[in-house]
This record gives sequence, C-alpha cells and structure tokens, in this order.
Amino acid sequence: MTSPTSPDATSPDSRPFDSQGAAPRPAPAPTVVEARKLSLVYPTADRPVTALSEVDLTIARGDFVSLIGPSGCGKTTLLRVIADLERPTSGAVAIEGMTPEQARLKRLYGYVFQAPALYPWRTVERNVMLPLEIMGLAKAERHARAREQLERVGLSGFERKFPWQLSGGMQQRVSIARALALQPDLLLMDEPFGALDEITRDHLNLHLTQLWRATGKTCVFVTHSIAEAVFLSTRIVVMSPRPGRILDVIDCDALPRERTLDIRETPEFAAIAHRVREGLKEGHSYDD
Amino acid sequence: MSGHPATVDPYRTTLRTAADWGLVALALLALAALMLPLGTRDGAVVGWFGGASGAAPLFLIGVVLAVIAGRSAPRRLAAIQYPGAWVELAGVALALLLPLHLMNEGVDLSAGWGLWLFLVVATLLLWRVMGTLAGVPGWTRSVLVPGLFGLGLLAGWEVLVRGFGVPAILLPAPSRIAAALAANAPVLWDDFRQTVLVSVLRGYVMGCGAGFAVAILADRVPFLARGLLPLGNLASAIPVVGIAPIMVMWFGFDWQSKAAVIVVMTFFPMLVNTLAGLGNSERIQLDLMRSYGAGYGRTLVKLRLPNALPFLFNGLKINSTLALIGAIVAEFFGTPVVGMGFRISTEVARMNLDIVWATIAVAALTGSGFYGGLALLERLTTAWHPSMRGR
Repeated sequence: MTSPTSPDATSPDSRPFDSQGAAPRPAPAPTVVEARKLSLVYPTADRPVTALSEVDLTIARGDFVSLIGPSGCGKTTLLRVIADLERPTSGAVAIEGMTPEQARLKRLYGYVFQAPALYPWRTVERNVMLPLEIMGLAKAERHARAREQLERVGLSGFERKFPWQLSGGMQQRVSIARALALQPDLLLMDEPFGALDEITRDHLNLHLTQLWRATGKTCVFVTHSIAEAVFLSTRIVVMSPRPGRILDVIDCDALPRERTLDIRETPEFAAIAHRVREGLKEGHSYDD
Repeated sequence: MSGHPATVDPYRTTLRTAADWGLVALALLALAALMLPLGTRDGAVVGWFGGASGAAPLFLIGVVLAVIAGRSAPRRLAAIQYPGAWVELAGVALALLLPLHLMNEGVDLSAGWGLWLFLVVATLLLWRVMGTLAGVPGWTRSVLVPGLFGLGLLAGWEVLVRGFGVPAILLPAPSRIAAALAANAPVLWDDFRQTVLVSVLRGYVMGCGAGFAVAILADRVPFLARGLLPLGNLASAIPVVGIAPIMVMWFGFDWQSKAAVIVVMTFFPMLVNTLAGLGNSERIQLDLMRSYGAGYGRTLVKLRLPNALPFLFNGLKINSTLALIGAIVAEFFGTPVVGMGFRISTEVARMNLDIVWATIAVAALTGSGFYGGLALLERLTTAWHPSMRGR
C-alpha cells in the first residue's frame, strides 16, 4: 500500500483513519495497477481540456478502491485509461506489469459500464457467453461458466429471457455476471448502479461486497455517491475537476471487511463519510 | 356493440340504454329504401314487391332475419366470439348478392335508388360488424378483418361497375379481370417467369448484394462513403424511363438489361441503409467489444451487423417494390416477346384492357407478396427490436 498523496492527509479529523492509527497490517499485497504521473488532455475547438493531471495511484491485489468526485473530475477517464479505452497524453500505467493494451488483449480485466450494454438480440445467457465466444472457449465451457456466474448474481432461471424482459437492476446484474465470466482478477466498474433507484442500489451494493469478499478480486469502482463509496471500499480516492487530480486517498480499515447495511449507522462510517465530504468540498472550492 | 352490460340496474333502464339507436337509424333508412325503385326493365320501373322484382323480397327477408338473429345471439358460443357478428355478415353478403340477382333478371340498376340506398344500409351494417370483429384478438383481427375489408372493396367495385354499366375499357369488373386471368393463365405465367423469376430476382440480388458489399467497404474507407453518398442522391433522382432505353442498348433485349436497370435503382438505397445501420451501434457497445480485445471482424459480425438488421430490412423492402417497377418499365423499351411490361404495352395498343388489368393484378400480388415475405422474415429475425416487441 502506498501512503496517501493528498495534501490534507495529516489534518486532525483524518488522523484516526490514517494507516498509523489502524491495526498492524499483514505484509503488503502485490501491486495490480500502478499509475505514474498520468495526464490526459483532450484537444477541443477552443482550448484543450485537461481530464487528468499528474495522477499517481497504486492499487494492491484484493483492494476495493473507489474513485469519487463530482462529474467532470476525470474518474471515469482514469478507469478508461486503465482499461485501454483511452490513451494517456503522458505518464504510464502498468497492470500486472503490462501495458494497458497488453492487459486488454490478454483479457485481464472485466469492465462494467454505466449502462448494462446488453445486446437485445441475445438472451441473458448468450449475453454472458459473448466474451467467452470471443475468447474462443468450447461451447460446454461457455455454458458452464455462464450458468455459474448467473447463479452467483442470483439470476438462475432467467437464462432464456431477453434483456428487455428484465428490470434495470437485473440487467446490471447480468452485465456484472458477463464481466465475471471472463474470470478476471481485476474488475473495473464505472458507476454501475448510477441509474438505479436507492433500494435496488442498496441491495446490489450488499450483493457486490459479498461477491468481492467471496472471490477476492481487485475492484476499481467509480461512483459519485459518498455512502456507496464508504460502504464498499477498502480505500477511497477523492478526485477534483479541472484539472482532474487526486485530492485525498482515504483508508477504510476502521470498517470490517465483512459488511452489512447496518455499518452505515456506525460512527466509524460517519467519520469516513465526513472526511470524503470534506475532500469533495475542497475540490469544489476552486469553482467559486 | 352487441348488447349492453348485464350490470345495468333494470329499474333504471331508460329508452336510451335499452335501444340500439344506430340499428334503429339503419332500419329507418332501409324502410325509406323500400319506398324507392329497384331499377327499370324495358323502360318500366321495377319496385321491391310484385312479380317484376324476381326474388327481391326473399333477399330482404333473409337480411332482416340475419340481423335479428345476429342481435339476439349470445356474446360467445363455444370457441366463437360474437357469433352474432358472423350471422350479420352473412346478411350483408346476401344484400350484396341482390343486385347481381336483379341483373340476371335483366333489370337495369342505374336508376334504382331504392337498391342503392339499401346497399348503403348494408355497407353501414358491415361497418358495425367490422368494428366488433376488429376487437377480437388473434387471427380474427390480424387476418380475417383485413381480408373481409378487401372482399368488401371488391364486392363494391363489382356491384358499382356493373350496376352503372361502366364500359370495360375504362374499368372492368373484378369478375372480368378474374376471367381474363384464368383464360390467359399460360401466357401470364410465362410473363411472370420472365419478369419476376428471371429479371427481378437476379437484378435484386445483384443490386442489393453490391450495395451491401460496397457499404461494408465504404464503412472502412471513409473517403468512399463521402464520395458515394452524394451520388446516391443523384441516382435516386434518375428517371427509370431515361435509364431503361440506355441499358437496353448496352445489354440487349433479354434479362440482362432489366437486371441492369434494377441494379441502378436498388444499389444506392441498399448502400445508404447499410451504412446507416453500421453506424447504429452505441459507443458503449463498441467499448465493450474493445474491452474483450475483439478485432474489426468479430465486432462486425457479433455487434454491428445484428444492430444493422432493421436498417438492412428497410433497404431490402424499399428495393423489393423498386425492382418490380424497374423491370416492368424497362420491358417497355425492348424485350423478347414475353414479360409483364411487354404484355401491358402490347395489349394496351390492342385495346385488350382485360389482360392489362390481369397483368396489373399479377404485378400487385407479386409486389405485395415479395414485400410481405420480407416483412415476415424481418419480424422473425429482429423480434428483439423495440419496434417489433409485443406485436
């Protein structure tokens, strides 16, 4: 684990959650994602827009890292750079020691988009099998993996349904099953529950944290919900817009790894949420 | 329309809720029709009753009985919904047979205002019956109602043309067209084979295939799309009658020149629609394929072509009618002595309008069958598309 690079890492209210304040940790886990001085500038008609500016970030195996910030802060761009869906202007990212392109072609990560992006002409099961067809897996293996992942997200019995026959929450669960079917070690999620109502969202958050603990995957999760970020994460990366940069990295070791919706009522949860809010406020102050 | 809900409180039943005022109005109109003549024979007026009108009173009784029986029938009888509607339909058919019977008896109908008013009443009755049947889901609504509508139009055409004695050279009755169709079946079949099975099918496959293939290429080579799309607008403005004689000069009298005209007409609609369809995939779907490390070919087959299917079918359907028109028009400018366009041009010159109409009927049926087949195929392959769901 790296130490937070944020300017307010030593501010008084953050101290109880700093690494030195937490229980002694086991030996540091190996690094999965490492970004160094990452910048991305979009050329536009009037003036270039800096989406990312000098971003440094290290994500260890088994971490659940949330990227949080207001819209336009570059959190989605950072995720897309990791996934090789965008190319950085300068700086470098390494995924398991490889370039993002190599990692993408080796299908090292599963990506869950803001919308389910299911293909309406495929049944639920065949949607989950899509990446496996592209990988060239045998038919029996594709079926087995699709059934296993659909069961994991609680959608057994919906294999033959079409996406438009499912609710929004179920569709997003299918898209998570589709990402899991690749059996990646790294799961990249871009506001997957942003379009859902709060009750469905709570339910899926609980589901996701259980899934993460059961599989031990590394997750990078983009959100603009503070409660969601605190509930799910082992670390929260607070970002600010114009230019997109990292303000604070907050460890959530004060919360147990095993989580239920009740932890949202604890003072530890409230304290972390407060610190995230303070960080976001600081980012916003540049706007006024 | 058949009966009123049983939940109406019997003590509060008024004349308004008890009576079917529409039917009362129809009955009054029918009574008025009985006062007017059925037609003339040898200069003498023929009324509804008396020996001169043949079996007209029997027809009248039959229609009235059918309406009464239809009104009093239950809403459902075994598997049949609204059996009364079918009985009333039989009454309407009987009413439409009356003018044919009178013409057989030698009655001139052109001044038979009583008969025409009676037929207006029968048509209004048919309107009401169709309204009932259109509410029955399944085959009744999707097949029987449109079929009955078409039959009704044909019957009206037949009765009006024959009743008012329209010359066959202007507009023959459907029965005459059917007779011409039957009498000239071998000739018409040869025309159909030459025009549709040889020229249209080959031209259509070549035109649509080339449009599709060039669209796939133009999608990869942007300057091709930029250069070709304006030409598409130009080509769609080319008149067939201008291009057809040129193609006949280039490719000769046989099917090749017809196919060439069809290729010119169908190439660009297919190109434009395919290009639009290929551009129809969403950014997020393309990103998904990229995240799987899928290349151009896999993305095309697994994502972009399925997404383009509704657009491809749009092009194919537009082209199905264009191809038939193109082939028939092109045959006006030179053909071996067979083909639907050749038949129309020669038989018009010989004033054999019956055969012209029979050829038109074959062309219309072929065109709608071609289009309908494609629409059915579209429904089977793109049932997932929002425009097709839940139909």
